[in-house]
Amino acid sequence: MSNTTETKTAPPHGLPPQDKGGPLARFLKATELDTRLLGMLGALALIWIGFHVYGAVFNGFGAFLTPRNLWNLSVQTSSIGIMACGMVLVIVTRHIDLSVGSVLGFCAVVMGVTQVYVLPPLMGVGHPMIWIIAVIAGMIAGTFVGAIHGWLIAYRAIPAFIVTLGGLLVWRGVAFLITSGETISPVDQTFKLLGGGPYGAVGEVGSWIVGALGCIAVVVMVLNSRKQRTRFGFVMRSVWADYFIGGISCAAVIGSVLLVNSYPWPKGIVKRYVAETGIEVPAEGLFISHGFAIPVLILVVVVICMTILMQRTRFGRYVYAIGGNPEAATLSGINTKWMTVKIFALMGFLTGLSAVVASARLGSATNALGTLDELYVIAAAVIGGTSLAGGIGTIYGAVLGALVMQSLQTGMVLIGFDAAIQQIVVGAVLVFAVYLDNLYRKSAK
Amino acid sequence: MSNTNTPLVEMRDICISFGGVHAVDHVSVELHPGEVVGLLGHNGAGKSTLIKILSGAYAMDSGEILINGEKAEIRNPRDARSYNIETIYQTLALADNLDTASNLFLGRELVTPFGLVDDDAMEAEAREIMARLNPNFQKFNDPVSALSGGQRQSVAIARAVYFNAQILIMDEPTAALGPHETQMVSELIQKLKAEGIGIFLISHDIHDVMTLCDRASVMKNGKLVGTVDVDSVTDDDLLSMIILGKHPHQKEA
Ligand SMILES: Nc1ncnc2c1ncn2[C@@H]1O[C@H](COP(=O)(O)OP(=O)(O)O)[C@@H](O)[C@H]1O
Ligand SMILES: [Mg+2]
Repeated sequence: MSNTTETKTAPPHGLPPQDKGGPLARFLKATELDTRLLGMLGALALIWIGFHVYGAVFNGFGAFLTPRNLWNLSVQTSSIGIMACGMVLVIVTRHIDLSVGSVLGFCAVVMGVTQVYVLPPLMGVGHPMIWIIAVIAGMIAGTFVGAIHGWLIAYRAIPAFIVTLGGLLVWRGVAFLITSGETISPVDQTFKLLGGGPYGAVGEVGSWIVGALGCIAVVVMVLNSRKQRTRFGFVMRSVWADYFIGGISCAAVIGSVLLVNSYPWPKGIVKRYVAETGIEVPAEGLFISHGFAIPVLILVVVVICMTILMQRTRFGRYVYAIGGNPEAATLSGINTKWMTVKIFALMGFLTGLSAVVASARLGSATNALGTLDELYVIAAAVIGGTSLAGGIGTIYGAVLGALVMQSLQTGMVLIGFDAAIQQIVVGAVLVFAVYLDNLYRKSAK
Repeated sequence: MSNTNTPLVEMRDICISFGGVHAVDHVSVELHPGEVVGLLGHNGAGKSTLIKILSGAYAMDSGEILINGEKAEIRNPRDARSYNIETIYQTLALADNLDTASNLFLGRELVTPFGLVDDDAMEAEAREIMARLNPNFQKFNDPVSALSGGQRQSVAIARAVYFNAQILIMDEPTAALGPHETQMVSELIQKLKAEGIGIFLISHDIHDVMTLCDRASVMKNGKLVGTVDVDSVTDDDLLSMIILGKHPHQKEA
């Protein structure tokens, strides 16, 4: 019935770009930029500049917009950011996961026990396979726990709220039983690099390589999308708009490389490094760049993979479909129950990965690791525009949400607000962000 | 398909109940290639439930389904699709947050050689079929929640028609349509019928049933009142079957 061969010769479809509205409206239309994304970036810029200026005026020193602080901010955002990516899927499908903080603690303990108590006697301390096996063990533990939650939710019809509320208590308790409340340390030296720190970063050259790959990816994506649209004769974004977006993206990538490369190792670390390696120190001193921290690169890889998963695979399409109309998804032949198991297993997998970052950063594993993280992860996703009603949410939004929250906390620490105020502000921002989002959605209709 | 004496679909002695309510109670219907069978009855008569068993949405309690004379196992919507059964649901069953093309291909996405969904190819196909079904349709890049009732209905119809159905189920397909669009659906039904497709048409419009259908089955309170040749009855006969549950002349039973 359908005649696919004629498609290619079909005339251009759609309406031509209209020249209505003010210059800003026309610009947005031509570039097809996501106004929500712009709004979030604007809010972030406001927060950053606000804290910097506040510090400069009241404390005599603006500490926020410094390479050191921004680098630390990126590392601190990683753990919550990784989990927020999974939480988007959970919330988009109208579920919730209250257990991620506890599961993170449980995974960290599993990895701690594996690399400190189980493997060294078998393989010898510092064996290069130890950290790999430990990481795999932790992520399997997380995936398994998530799959159990998903199975109870999908096949035993227990609400996600209850299953994961139970999980919050159960897995924290299990973590305590395993450790008897004691801290497990020291973790494997290679494992520790996954948490960041001067050694746990890829350095100047490494960062430039990452930056170059990023720019190449941007160019390929822009060209590919033009090619696709030509193939079907769709209306094209004008060339200047494509160049503009590609240019901005590349500039952002290069800017971040310059930023992380301008943050040097602390003097003490440099001294120790010089003593260990015996390299020559030039007269003007040794400037060793941090470069991108490994946990940040892990987060970037997670964001890229999860974005592809959500936007370009059937799995992601079904996640949105289930969120939009579960009945329609079922009637379209989607196995919604099995999807739920997979979504929660993926949430667990990412929680395990986040546990790697968190416990490597700490250099140990404790049963209390990740306490209250579930609230920050859910808040990150929601601030990032994920709708609790289901069907709506993006990966980049959730990560930006995590960054907004971490920025608020870091900023308040820098200007000397205490923990009580931090809680009040973060809580208020969460509620306010959802309110703004409602307004935005109403006006967008 | 070659032997027109073998029904395309035969639903035999179907029963299903929901918590004690016999929604469908020992109902048998059949459908031949190139035939349009109307399903009539009041709200709550069990029409939608009956066809949802055929489309795999519900599992029947007892009874059997034969497709082309062979016993068919339809346990879920995917099974139904594998028998080339397509359904336009009364509720339309659209994911409101997805655009037209995504809904059209939901569960059967076109993919690139790398296995990624090919949105541009799907949009091109969607534009082509919508151009045939509803030439005024333009909103391809909006979620279907932004569409009017009629536009949503045409998306649901397009989805059923696109995949070369052998058996088409239409549950009140014109409920949200204006007169012009309703006329287009009537023409579509006649065209598909001419292609040899079998169609179950649920409708409240007696006139539609009289003009489009070859036979009509009437249900009341989950039971089959009877099946009649449309040519051998009047509008009033059908109405009395629906309202009184009375068979006009027992010749068909
Ligand atoms: N999923 C369900 N759960 C419980 N009862 C149902 C369900 N689906 C249908 N019913 C009941 O079955 C009966 C038939 O409904 P339906 O098939 O929708 O009627 P019709 O389509 O003829 O208007 C009604 O009494 C309805 O309440
Ligand atoms: Mg109905």
